[in-house]
Amino acid sequence: MDKNAALFPYVLRLADNALVISQRLIEIVTHGPELEEEMANANFSLDYLGQARLFYSLAGELEEQGRTEDDFAYLRDEQEFCNFLLNEQPNGHFGDTIARSVLFDEFYQLQLDALVKCNDERLASIAVRAAREIRYHRRHNTQWLIRLGDGTSESHVKAQEAIDRLWRFTGEMFEGDKVDDLMRDAFAGPNLASIRDAWLARVTAILKEATLDVPNNQWMDRGGRIGRHTEHFGPMIAEMQYLQRSYPGLNW
Amino acid sequence: MNNDWPLYEVFIRVKSGLSHRHAGSLHAADDQMALDHARDVYTRRNEGVSIWVVRSGHLVASDPAETDAFFEPARDKIYRHPTFYDLPDGVENI
Repeated sequence: MDKNAALFPYVLRLADNALVISQRLIEIVTHGPELEEEMANANFSLDYLGQARLFYSLAGELEEQGRTEDDFAYLRDEQEFCNFLLNEQPNGHFGDTIARSVLFDEFYQLQLDALVKCNDERLASIAVRAAREIRYHRRHNTQWLIRLGDGTSESHVKAQEAIDRLWRFTGEMFEGDKVDDLMRDAFAGPNLASIRDAWLARVTAILKEATLDVPNNQWMDRGGRIGRHTEHFGPMIAEMQYLQRSYPGLNW
Repeated sequence: MNNDWPLYEVFIRVKSGLSHRHAGSLHAADDQMALDHARDVYTRRNEGVSIWVVRSGHLVASDPAETDAFFEPARDKIYRHPTFYDLPDGVENI
């Protein structure tokens, strides 16, 4: 694989990660526990959507096949999406949603901070914007996880269960393939091994403050990078894509 | 749940140099959450550069029933306005 052949799939994965978590978060609009929290989640969802659009546009440019952001988002099948399994997990209860965001965003922030310094200017400039947005998401969601973990006995148990349930989807974030290797070596992109250490240190510190335990020795699931998804993914994109599938080419 | 979360008042500074102005109120469980919520609810359309939040209960307000005693006496003190005074000729830049 040559250098430039790595950039397209890499950017497409970034786009898929952002789109899928955006879709999950938008699902809870009108189901939020409080009006204010609802607004926060909707804002976060739209932040991710904005990032996804920029990444998809760049992916389309790199691919040079004329595919638009809508083609990527609405006209690909389940197996063609290469987002992390973590991001497609259902919202569950509020603690599940918060735990998923914390686990992903701590990774995503480290990834973006590294991409800011990569030597593809287009990608670096998107990363600058995204990194700023994610910094706020983390502040918000970290505080929530600490409140829930260090809250009532019931919220503590639910928060711990959420972390335990989602932990097995965190391993694949650090299992790079050829694309990640090329991104690191040819584009001065993220080094997944050092990101893993930094991620574990941050997440451990957050969980400790939340009086939660770090799960250990869990079997790790994998498959997002190659389009092998969990059972929850199909129904999610069915809802996301149905309008464009039913009425091809439909516009606002 | 709503009853458990105290009310906060939100003050936004639109741009530097201006003072904070009351923007509205919201519910939050603690001070940090109030600040986050204010950011998410009141500044999502680029409305500000600085936010203050304060527990509504911590504000001390004038009593509408005492409006007469509080504000009426100032009504007829027109000499407290600088425009009441005639400036001598030759005073400039005022």
